[in-house]
Amino acid sequence: MIHYLPGNIGHLLVILAFITAIVATYAFAKNINDANSKWSRFAIGAFYIHAVAIFSIVITLFLMISNHLFEYHYVYNYTSKYLPVYYQISSFWNGQEGSFLLWMFWNAVLGIILINTNKSWRPALMAVFSFTQVFLVSMILGVVVFDVRIGSSPFLLLRDVVNDAIFTMQPDFIPEDGRGLNPLLQNYWMVIHPPTLFLGFATTVIPFAYAVAGLLTGKFKEWIRPALPWAQFSAAVLGVGILMGAYWAYETLNFGGYWNWDPVENAIYVPWLVMVAGIHTMIAFKKSDAALKSSIVLILMTYVLIVYSTFLTRSGVLGNASVHSFTDLGLSGQLLIYLFVFSVLSLGLCLKNWKKIPSSTEETSVYSREFWIFMGATVLSLMAFQVIIPTSIPVWNEIVEAFGGTSNLAPPADQVGFYTKFQLYFAILVALLSGTGQFFWWKKMDAAKLKKELSAPVIISLVISAIIFIVAKVQDFWYLILLTASIYSIVANSKIFIGVAKSNIKLAGGSIAHIGIACMLFGILFSSGYYKILSMNNTGLLWSREFPDEVNQNNLLLFLNEPRQMADYSMTYLGLRKLTSDDGYVAIDDIAGAISPLELLIAKPTITSSGKELSKGDTIRVVNPENSYFEVAYNKANGSKFTLFPRVQINEQMGTVYSPDIKRTLTADLYTHVRTFPDPEQEIEWSEIQEINVSPGDQFFINDYVAHFLDIKPLREVEGVNLGPTDVAVQATIEIEGELKNYIAKPIFVIKDNMAGRIPDVVNDLASRITIQSIQPESNLFVFGLSTTQKDWIIIEAVEKPWINILWLGTLLVVLGFSIAIYRRYGEFVKMRDKEME
Amino acid sequence: MKKGHILGLVVIAVALVIIMTTAGDASAYVTFSEAQEMVESGNRNKIHVVGKLPKSEDGTVTGIEASPDMLSFKFEMVDENEEIQTVFHSNPMPTDFLRSEQVVVVGSYQNGNFVADKILLKCPSKYQEEGVKV
Repeated sequence: MIHYLPGNIGHLLVILAFITAIVATYAFAKNINDANSKWSRFAIGAFYIHAVAIFSIVITLFLMISNHLFEYHYVYNYTSKYLPVYYQISSFWNGQEGSFLLWMFWNAVLGIILINTNKSWRPALMAVFSFTQVFLVSMILGVVVFDVRIGSSPFLLLRDVVNDAIFTMQPDFIPEDGRGLNPLLQNYWMVIHPPTLFLGFATTVIPFAYAVAGLLTGKFKEWIRPALPWAQFSAAVLGVGILMGAYWAYETLNFGGYWNWDPVENAIYVPWLVMVAGIHTMIAFKKSDAALKSSIVLILMTYVLIVYSTFLTRSGVLGNASVHSFTDLGLSGQLLIYLFVFSVLSLGLCLKNWKKIPSSTEETSVYSREFWIFMGATVLSLMAFQVIIPTSIPVWNEIVEAFGGTSNLAPPADQVGFYTKFQLYFAILVALLSGTGQFFWWKKMDAAKLKKELSAPVIISLVISAIIFIVAKVQDFWYLILLTASIYSIVANSKIFIGVAKSNIKLAGGSIAHIGIACMLFGILFSSGYYKILSMNNTGLLWSREFPDEVNQNNLLLFLNEPRQMADYSMTYLGLRKLTSDDGYVAIDDIAGAISPLELLIAKPTITSSGKELSKGDTIRVVNPENSYFEVAYNKANGSKFTLFPRVQINEQMGTVYSPDIKRTLTADLYTHVRTFPDPEQEIEWSEIQEINVSPGDQFFINDYVAHFLDIKPLREVEGVNLGPTDVAVQATIEIEGELKNYIAKPIFVIKDNMAGRIPDVVNDLASRITIQSIQPESNLFVFGLSTTQKDWIIIEAVEKPWINILWLGTLLVVLGFSIAIYRRYGEFVKMRDKEME
Repeated sequence: MKKGHILGLVVIAVALVIIMTTAGDASAYVTFSEAQEMVESGNRNKIHVVGKLPKSEDGTVTGIEASPDMLSFKFEMVDENEEIQTVFHSNPMPTDFLRSEQVVVVGSYQNGNFVADKILLKCPSKYQEEGVKV
């Protein structure tokens, strides 16, 4: 029976949320010029109802998912019965509607916080805030007005979305199970990365709303103080969100790194850079009017870029250009309107007030702190510009085609190389400026003083760089410059930190964050610039003469149980495994089959990777039935060894997905992933049977392995065969010496109703099959049929990424630095607010 | 001239350089014959070619050959002008390659052979539903 109630409640709540967002916008806007407390109470009330409606939408959708109401399209399309609760939450961001919902959810939470923390700014601030909610809620409205569908609702019934013959026959048909969550999202980082990222998205509207409120109400300067801590919070959260995504990609995806300059990544990186530039000018403004205009422009731009990036990733315009943009849900028109309205609003307010915004006419001196901050902000903005221009190539094609032209521009062929080239130069400037600018910030500088302050850090960093240059053999010119610049930034900022922290630790946020950025540059430089492919194909064999010579072959073919030398390691592929929930990995060959999707039956005695002994008939629980793991053992010449388990997920709908496994040490990560393995669905091709004559006790070869024919014994029972009183069955026992252990094969020969039956035995690991072809009792001779197939294999890529931990360490430092700065700036705001209130 | 103006000029100059290099480094969607003409006229830029894999009557993809060590493979591809071209790729065959509806190869002609550095697959079944699983 179809449950109509939850869907109807959901629809109703979405409409309620949409209307209350409009009402709140209107009421708050009225409240700007009309300080009557009636408007204020009414507006707040409307926003509270809006927030409750949003929370209820989230709860309704979650209850539909957790109760497996597969009659609903969203539930069917993104979840399945056996999904643990935390992945049921993840399914919210598998679909567009759910991720918009997440964004709105954060906005609702933030709106309530803002209403209660800032009374004097409330009307204008919340008017802008509610206005953005109008656009966001419209994305999931799902209402048809004059044949135009507005928004895509998550509460649609499956039969209304998908055309399938079954619904004409059985309108009430409900699928047994859903299509399940995209396997790539089934990772713990995917439980926390999207909420963090969307919190970052949501918070960008707060400084924007303050800036707009300032322009609307003529408080051109005053908006900076309350907006600054929120801008810092937003940049910190967005930055963490971006890096969590990078870490997830590193752990789960198989492109071999943490950053791929994919349009989806670029689209978030760009607003982040602009916001960080804006934070710098806002801080500079505290001391001088010079940076006010640029602060307003950068903060407005940040939010417009956030909306632009939403348009890029969700309108389908990227098409072939990105691996993971959403498919077009018909929202592009709405997204364009959203983008257009906020661009025009920002531009219009700026133009209208431009003359009135105070600015300093004074020439800034090279020795002033404003000059250095300004340089930093300029570099960050140019960095953003360099990324957004190529990322927008598909948009450019669309524009040209909309005007009847043709444009066949494609993104740069080697996107990583292309972006890295430019971002590297900018990164050098960022490191140099962040190291030097701090000195100007804390002290009044002139030429003599500067020399005195800078000489120690410069000398120390040159010495350290020289040592690293010699030890690590950094020979690329630009890499060497970046290395020196990063070390200079770390040393200079450490000097500042020591000086500042002595007087007041609250002031140390900037220097800590800058050390963090420099550490990140250092980590990126080594892990990406000096990664080493260990799995270079060194056989020297050229497959085809047609093939160009300069092609690098970075992959290695490993046959089961056959060690191969790779750099310092000898590595061996030991077979395919399943991961149990409690006892580590179990060999797939020892598993008979599945009892239920999450329970497997053991076929023969085996030992799990955690050392637990299992016997035939035991059952084990698995974490995810779609996941299998390749056990790869690494042995170093010095005796150290470890095992990695790169993963493959075989999902009917999503195809086959490989994920790496990483051996982490302090100085480097060893990253291993499987490129391909034999298609499990392909039928095994056995070689033609080769017959040999043997007697018990004889030795023979099968597939080049030594085999011993141990004995032969009669059987009274044979599984699957009904033996009559005159029937006979015998079983041979053969022991085969494999590379790592011995295997027992037990082929069976049956004579039933005077007909010969043969039950061969297969040793998967040795790619061998033995059949008893016939028996000559008088001479005690047995004819064995031997056939072989290709041994199990995998193709892997193994990469060493040095000093990647410095990158993650740098990230933590940046977050710490931001946290200290937020604490300080929020304190300043609270102090001023409470004074003004009295 | 004020320092601010100089800075402004520098920024504009850098912005122009960025736009020009973007235009210069941008790749293009072309056909195989256009790609060949590009190489012959000395343009060594890597380009994108969109196409499909040829299929025999029973629906199996034809013209695929893996190297004996399986580390690289070559395949035939039909571009939008129905031109067939053998494409070389120095990595193992991507898993869902045979199931792909559309293939985009990024690369260029080298010694008269098309070598793909990257293969992008479009498998429509991946994120879009086709009917209901009963």
